[in-house]
Amino acid sequence: MTDAPRRILVCIKRVVDYNVRVRVDNERTGVVTDGVKMSVNPFDEIALEEALRIRERGDADEVVVCAVGSSDWQQQLRTGLAMGADRAVLVETGTSLEPLAVAQTLHAVVQREAPMLVLLGKQAIDGDNNQTGQMLAALWGRPQATFASSIVLSGESARVEREVDAGLEVLDVDLPAVVTTDLRLNEPRYVKLPEILKAKRKPLDVVPLGELGVDAGRRFRVVRVEEPPRRGRGIQVDTAEQLVAALDEKGVL
Amino acid sequence: MARVLIVAEHDGSSVLQSTAKCVACAAQMEPEAVDVVVFAGDPDSAARLGGQAAGIEGVTRVLAIADPANAHAVAAVLAPQIVDTAREYSHVLGPSTTFGKDLMPRVAALLGVGQISDIMAVEAPYRFRRPAYAGNVIETVECEPDGMLVGTVRAASYRPSPAASSPAPIEQRETSADLPRHTLFVELKAQQADRPDLQTASRVVAGGRAFGSAENFALVEQLAEKLGAAVGASRAAVDAGYASNDLQVGQTGKVIAPDLYVALGISGAIQHLTGIKDARTIVAVNRDPEAPIFEIADIGLVADVFEAVPALIAALEQRRR
Ligand SMILES: Cc1cc2nc3c(=O)[nH]c(=O)nc-3n(C[C@H](O)[C@H](O)[C@H](O)COP(=O)(O)OP(=O)(O)OC[C@H]3O[C@@H](n4cnc5c(N)ncnc54)[C@H](O)[C@@H]3O)c2cc1C
Repeated sequence: MTDAPRRILVCIKRVVDYNVRVRVDNERTGVVTDGVKMSVNPFDEIALEEALRIRERGDADEVVVCAVGSSDWQQQLRTGLAMGADRAVLVETGTSLEPLAVAQTLHAVVQREAPMLVLLGKQAIDGDNNQTGQMLAALWGRPQATFASSIVLSGESARVEREVDAGLEVLDVDLPAVVTTDLRLNEPRYVKLPEILKAKRKPLDVVPLGELGVDAGRRFRVVRVEEPPRRGRGIQVDTAEQLVAALDEKGVL
Repeated sequence: MARVLIVAEHDGSSVLQSTAKCVACAAQMEPEAVDVVVFAGDPDSAARLGGQAAGIEGVTRVLAIADPANAHAVAAVLAPQIVDTAREYSHVLGPSTTFGKDLMPRVAALLGVGQISDIMAVEAPYRFRRPAYAGNVIETVECEPDGMLVGTVRAASYRPSPAASSPAPIEQRETSADLPRHTLFVELKAQQADRPDLQTASRVVAGGRAFGSAENFALVEQLAEKLGAAVGASRAAVDAGYASNDLQVGQTGKVIAPDLYVALGISGAIQHLTGIKDARTIVAVNRDPEAPIFEIADIGLVADVFEAVPALIAALEQRRR
């Protein structure tokens, strides 16, 4: 146990960049992704930054980034390597998986890598599902600490502060554990050009999904995708008094 | 026919409104039964909280499970108990609050079934509408009506089911599941209990980066107080430390549906707007006439917040007289 490398596995997803205004496609079954900027899910970037900081503090030996997607996703894994991850694993699949199948796949990766900590974003900004980390923790039978705004490792456990509706909740979890990250955990570093070049030489393993024995069948079918009804622009007032009068007129006060 | 199990959310003393909203969602599923399961740390709390859940219109039966491990229970402790209870149901629902978001996927994975997050409408018992991409698209999703389904209910889309005329029966149950000890609750650092709750308030006044400091953010609180409103904040205001994290409104904060939302010095980024789309009336004050918040505001005022907010407070006082 003592000389096994203390490894952190960070799971990342390729998503439409958060600055892009998404448009529904012509078939109305998804959004337009052709020619659209794709990035690492912002929450996963925070997860990776945290893993790197833990390693830099000497509390971990190795940071592995992992993704479950098509070969295009290598781009985002390279970004992760450029940020500072030691190596990458792409579980390659041509179809998009539902969160449970992603969690099952990550569970298979976890069995191979035996990490002491798995970090991933609390949600991906495309599906906004907020499921994968919790599902992975369940399948693995290990603790989960979601929506983390602070993570402190000490020996065989971690103290995690979580952003919850009522404030901040503090949990102690035994390691290994799954922690999902919230926005205020850290601010991810910028990648410098030499790092991008260096990242090209770091190992990136590609594992076909079929090799992991995961049932990737879909349980849900997206019947229709549409834009929400727009709220129209209302009225403009010139003074605070007029604003209060307008509220009065609407009967809101 | 749907048999729905709802996991009650409570704070130790009261069952939260999010539970009655789940009941309202379940009512759209042509249910044969809507049972609510309440977990508590001791029999007294279980009886009290169970009684509150039994008082919600549309509830068929309440299952109250008392166990010392359920005081401040974490997802890893609750999930196996829910799985134990869930076998006889077609749908297992929880609220799309941090409580339900944390817990329900763990339940789904243990059951080996998928989850629909943030149900905003039920078109049929196995067909739902939900937001994705920060609310910029609405998906209609369906699954085969054979297996079990786990879902979280988007609170801003539902009105709580009202009080029942006669309470549902309560059944005390024991935990048979093996409960893990690998996760320990340490403490909850709660904030500002003296204010109206952001998630349920009918009026919300929120401030953004414009305020520039925690001291200046007091202006937001003063206007909120005048209106009897809860205080909210943009991510920028929370990140900068003007407001606490539990006040963040938006894609990654709280999604709310008050009667009145007042956005002060908030630009209106899509991630913020997704949290307020269901508000009945949106008011925006911003000195930039091009700010995107004005595109969805019902009443807009182009002004400096440091002048407009004191003027609004004065105008509201004037009105009272
Ligand atoms: C993954 C992700 C998730 C996010 N989740 C959320 C979320 O949940 N909630 C959220 O709010 N944001 C979220 N954001 C951030 C969001 O994109 C914006 O950055 C944020 O909402 C901006 O906050 P703001 O409007 O206060 O600040 P700014 O965008 O800086 O706007 C400040 C506004 O104040 C106005 N102003 C400045 N001074 C004055 C003055 N004296 N008087 C009047 N007006 C003035 C300016 O004209 C400007 O419009 C998220 C971002 C990402 C990437």
